[in-house]
Amino acid sequence: MNQALVNPELVNRVERLQADYVDCIDDERYADWPGFFLEECLYTIISRDNARRGLPFGFLWCENRRMLRDRIASMKNANIYEPHTYRHVLGRTSVRPAEAGGWRARTSYMLARVMHDGGMDLFSTGAYEDWIVEDEGTLRFREKRVVTDSGRIDALIVIPF
Amino acid sequence: MQDHSLIPAAIEWPTADATRVPFEVFTDPELYAREQQVLFRGPTWNFVALDIEIPDPGDYKTSFVGDTPVLVTRDQDGTVHCMVNRCAHRGSALKFDGSGNTQDLTCVYHNWRYDLAGNLQSVAFQHGVRQVGGMPPDFDLARHNLRRARVEVFHGLVFATFSDETPPLREYLGERMASHIARVLNRPIRILGTYSQTLHSNWKLYMENVKDSYHASLLHTFFSTFKLNRLSMQGGVLVDGGGAHHLSWSRRGTDTAAGTEYEKAGELRAQLDDFTLADPTLIKSWLEYDDGITHSIQSIFPCFVLQQIQNSLAVRLLVPRSVDESELFWIVFGYADDTPEQYDMRLRQSNLIGPAGLVSMEDGIIGNFIQRSVHREQGRSAILEMGGKEVEDQQSRVSEAGVRGFWQAYRARMDI
Ligand code: FES
Ligand SMILES: [Fe+2]
Repeated sequence: MNQALVNPELVNRVERLQADYVDCIDDERYADWPGFFLEECLYTIISRDNARRGLPFGFLWCENRRMLRDRIASMKNANIYEPHTYRHVLGRTSVRPAEAGGWRARTSYMLARVMHDGGMDLFSTGAYEDWIVEDEGTLRFREKRVVTDSGRIDALIVIPF
Repeated sequence: MQDHSLIPAAIEWPTADATRVPFEVFTDPELYAREQQVLFRGPTWNFVALDIEIPDPGDYKTSFVGDTPVLVTRDQDGTVHCMVNRCAHRGSALKFDGSGNTQDLTCVYHNWRYDLAGNLQSVAFQHGVRQVGGMPPDFDLARHNLRRARVEVFHGLVFATFSDETPPLREYLGERMASHIARVLNRPIRILGTYSQTLHSNWKLYMENVKDSYHASLLHTFFSTFKLNRLSMQGGVLVDGGGAHHLSWSRRGTDTAAGTEYEKAGELRAQLDDFTLADPTLIKSWLEYDDGITHSIQSIFPCFVLQQIQNSLAVRLLVPRSVDESELFWIVFGYADDTPEQYDMRLRQSNLIGPAGLVSMEDGIIGNFIQRSVHREQGRSAILEMGGKEVEDQQSRVSEAGVRGFWQAYRARMDI
């Protein structure tokens, strides 16, 4: 990663974006979550093993902001699950210019899942592999690939992360 | 052979038929141990791999028969083998990295070496060092092979059994179940993704769920809300093998909600008319098979599932872990000759299934909802009378016939 090609102010903005992104989820402001993405975007959660083997299908796949909204709508209106929230802890982000414009950013995450009854688990660890672009003065995700270290999920994923 | 040293605590079945299931069957650790012996090591065919997971000579993958770890290998002649992943010497696991390619199976502990069929080839220092030490002269390599299972491959599905009494696979499956497998696995497939899911419940609760066509549009409201799958669609349930196997099928676009409980607003939680998809391409599909069937869930006793949910195709293997935990392995696939458009539709529809599946995620927790609530319910039973009391084919999916079938087969095989 050649951080030198990216000015520190931009790195700062990208890290701020990551912080705001996870805060939105951890703070349960799910309706705001699609706003972090471009209208035409990619959001996927895939295991590291599948990614390494070149297997394209992961746990979920959204290819525009409308699908992100549908995820949230389904979560609120259709799906059945026990109430729970997330808590993310992020590592520093490494940023480099993307060939097609914008920047590639990679950020480690650890994610705890806190159930309504107080039960708490380390639910997922992995890395965000993002493609970030400037969209009318705001940084947004053109792509967010959540690469989970484990290919095994405890029970279910309903809240995006 | 049944091992009678494993006698489960007395479990009272209130009826001779399969309409009542005592809750203790989900919580009794002795019964769990006996299942491993009688069912999984007994005369059942257990799905262990897809043959395309081990395409080349020397390929192997680790899998499970019940909770027994096994190795599935392909030898130099192309023959597929399955054996317990346990060295005959002192019991170490032979392979512990999931999958790969190897010349032979050499144990890391003391380097005993087996061929890919599990035959012991050599013992390190068998004759000692300069003829000092070593194994006794009467030590016979041929008597210390790995514990092998019989293997049969049917349309790319690798099944294994540890019992000599298990009938040939085709006979075990029966004509109808075999022809449904052949329908889906009709040409070369391509694996698109794999993952697994921890279920905090007894394995039988998941198999009940798979065979329970009654719950589909009630628990999984995503489907019914978008009219993808409602019990009023044309469909039915087939049960075979004395109830052991089942196939639930339906045809989309054949129903009207008129005259059913779907019409009465507020009656069913599934009714949410104001909920529409912002991007309906998520569920865009094409008719995959000539028979017009758009949804089919098939289970082969004890723990194998073949799924067609529109164009979302997958096999699932359920692995019991303990009396109250299991792991569900998914292999999502398409066909090698899929067009780019078909591939894209499968990719979008992959959102419907798996642990994050908009349709299927509830199956990841419903077993636990039962497990946690029945663990002290001695002398109480579940009720299985939807669609009657029999184990027989049903014209409607508003039926628990598949679940009754499971219990009928289970009791017969477990002799309880
Ligand atoms: S345990 Fe395998 S060689 Fe000793
Ligand atoms: Fe289900």
